[in-house]
Parts: sequence; structure tokens; C-alpha cells
Amino acid sequence: MEPVKLQLQVNDQDVAEEIPANLLLVELLRERLGLTGTHVGCDTAQCGACTVWIDGDAVKSCNVLAVQAHERAVTTIEGMAQADGPLHELQAAFKRHHGLQCGFCTPGMIMSAAELIRKRPDANEAQIREGMDGNLCRCTGYKGIVEAVMEVLSAQRGGQR
Amino acid sequence: MRPFDYHRPATVADACALLASRPEAKLIAGGQSLLPTLRLRLAAPSDLVDLSQIAELRGVTADSQTLRIGAMMRHAEIAEALDVRQAIPALATLAGGIGDRQVRNRGTLGGSIANNDPAACYPAAALALGASIRTSKRQIAIGDYLRGLYETCLESDEIVTAVSFPIPKRAAYYKFQQPASRFALVGVFVAQFADRVRVAVTGAGMSGAFRVSEFEAALQQSFTTSALQAIKVDEANLASDLHASAAYRAHLIKVLTRRGVDQCLEK
Repeated sequence: MEPVKLQLQVNDQDVAEEIPANLLLVELLRERLGLTGTHVGCDTAQCGACTVWIDGDAVKSCNVLAVQAHERAVTTIEGMAQADGPLHELQAAFKRHHGLQCGFCTPGMIMSAAELIRKRPDANEAQIREGMDGNLCRCTGYKGIVEAVMEVLSAQRGGQR
Repeated sequence: MRPFDYHRPATVADACALLASRPEAKLIAGGQSLLPTLRLRLAAPSDLVDLSQIAELRGVTADSQTLRIGAMMRHAEIAEALDVRQAIPALATLAGGIGDRQVRNRGTLGGSIANNDPAACYPAAALALGASIRTSKRQIAIGDYLRGLYETCLESDEIVTAVSFPIPKRAAYYKFQQPASRFALVGVFVAQFADRVRVAVTGAGMSGAFRVSEFEAALQQSFTTSALQAIKVDEANLASDLHASAAYRAHLIKVLTRRGVDQCLEK
């Protein structure tokens, strides 16, 4: 089978790779580019741990071929905050609100929540819960997660909760 | 996933030519149903033909009678599109309730209609609205197009290019979702036109989406929930599985139809 020439941006860096067409986006990110912050949870497009953005849209990278990201801009959890810098505001809010215990789902949660906040700045709690339903957490019961997202949203709106 | 060759044609004609010359090729739209299928090795195509670069498969247009949606429009885009929300708000609601946000950012109308999953939402809307399926070869009435579980009348080198939905007076879609998969355990689309009422059901049929003609006739006489009261939904052709019995699905069909009628009447 013919290898495919792939060009894309990952976290604002140009990437050029020659890959088999059946390589998944999550495999490209983790195994070729070493970006292991994107997690593989269920590997069947249910849990959302592998959520990244393609051109700003949250997608499950275990259910997208790498070739489908050709000439597009991919953002992963590594692109949200500098390794030696302060946390992204959502990461900090998750920490404050105990929005994680084991942390395995957290990269996907952050990528999903950040997209939701950008696209739905007026979301209420019910809409946050509905909007986060593509991401599963087996530790927290979601309360802290929802509170963290709510806090960032209301801070952006300049108001109190 | 078995290996395959990958193609990214720029026109529908090029995509059709690829299909015609490679009998084991498959189309990929958003891939939200196809990729799990490939990964389970339930399918092993020789080639994948990616439709994402074909501009003519995109776009939404509406006139006073018809809403036309390009096959490669994603669920999230359809849910947000002003033309859809104004012409057939129930269709925007339906699109905004498919799967989860990540799925809606990838999955497409054309992919769903071509796959014809028996629990997908769009077939119910297409049947109730009397949609016509535009393909690279022809225009097909939805009743002729759907042929049972995952079956359509599409030929092996034929590509869905758009779906045209007649615009109803009022419509509503309600689904009771299977909580794990978020597919419809039962979904009911009710559409009222000047001269007809249509009720179509997904998720419940043993051979895919279907219309409930007894409901349609009663609602045409009187568009009220009480018109449905005496009618019993026939369980004979309904699916029974670990998620729900045929009797439960029959019950849900009536409940959801009632809610749909109620919602129409509120408008």
C-alpha cells in the first residue's frame, strides 16, 4: 500500500510525515510526534480521553485518520499551556475544584471544555453537562468538572457565579 | 485496521471514477461510523476515497418550499445553520442531538444517509419530510431509497451529493436515546404539511426507519394528541433486544409521537 505524504500543523508547528493511510490521528500524535498528553482510553470513540482539535473543532483522535488532518491545524493538550509556564485557566480551575482524581480523562476534558467555552460562552450548567457528554470520567462524578468549567465561564463573563 | 490506499479527489466526477475503477473501494465522509467498522475489521476496503475536499458537496440553500443540504455538511454545522433553523427548526434540533459534540464535529448528513443505520436520526426526518436524495446519477425519493438495515438503493459507484427536504408547516423530533451509544432507542419525527401529516420512526424497526400510517391518517383528520388515543402500535415488526422489548418500543413510539404533536401545537 502506498505511503501518504502528510503535512499539517500541530500546536502551531509545521509537521511533515510519510505515513501509512491507516494510521490514526492519535497514533500519529503519540507514537510519531511523542505527544503523549493525548490519552487513549476506550479506543472505541466513546470516552473522549483522546479529544484534540482539528481547526478548532473538538474531535476524538482515535476515530479520525491522520490523513484526514492533512493541511489542517491540530491542537493537543500540549498546545494549551507551556510546559514550564503557568497552567491553562481550565487546568487551574480543575485543580481547584478537584475536577480530577486519576487524571487520565483530564486532557480530553480540558480540550472539550475549552472548545465548549469558546463556542458557547453563554452556556448554563445544564448546557455544560450536555456539552461535555462526549467525555467520560470514572473518578469524580463530574461535579468538580462542571464547577471548574462554570467558574472559568463566569470569570470570562466578568461576573460572579 | 487493514491497510488501504487513500485518495482525496477534488470533484464528485473524480470520486465516482475512483469507485468505478476500484470495486473494493469505500467512501469516507466524516468516518464516525466507518472508522469503528474498519477497526473491528468488519470491513476491509482496498481503497478509501475521502470526500472532504469536494466543494460541491457542501452548503445549505433554502427557498420557500425546499431546504437543500450538501452531503458533506457536518451535524454541528447543520444544527447551527441559520437557513436550517429558520426553515425546519426540528431538523436543526435533530442534528444537534446526534451522538456527542465530538461526533457532531465530524459526522455528516451524507455519511449518515448512505450508511442508513437503523437507529440513526436522519432517516426518520427524511421519511417524515418526504426528502429526495440527490446523487451523482439521479434524484431518489426517500421511500425508494431506504431498503432496510444499512441498505439503500445506491449503486456501488454512486455518491450522495445532497438531500432536499420539503419545508413543513410544523415539525418536531423526539428521541429516547440509548444512554451508552446515544443512538435512538426510539426516535419519532412528526411533520405537518398543508395537505398531509407524516410520522416516521427510527431505532425501533427491524428493517430500519418506517412510517406509522395509522397515526398519519388520524392526525390528518385531527392534529391533536387525543386523535392517537385509541390506536395501538403494532409490535410485530419492532426490534426486541437487550436494551428494550418490542412492547416497550411500541409504547415509546406513541409517547414520543404525542410529545411531537404537542410541541407542534405550541408553535
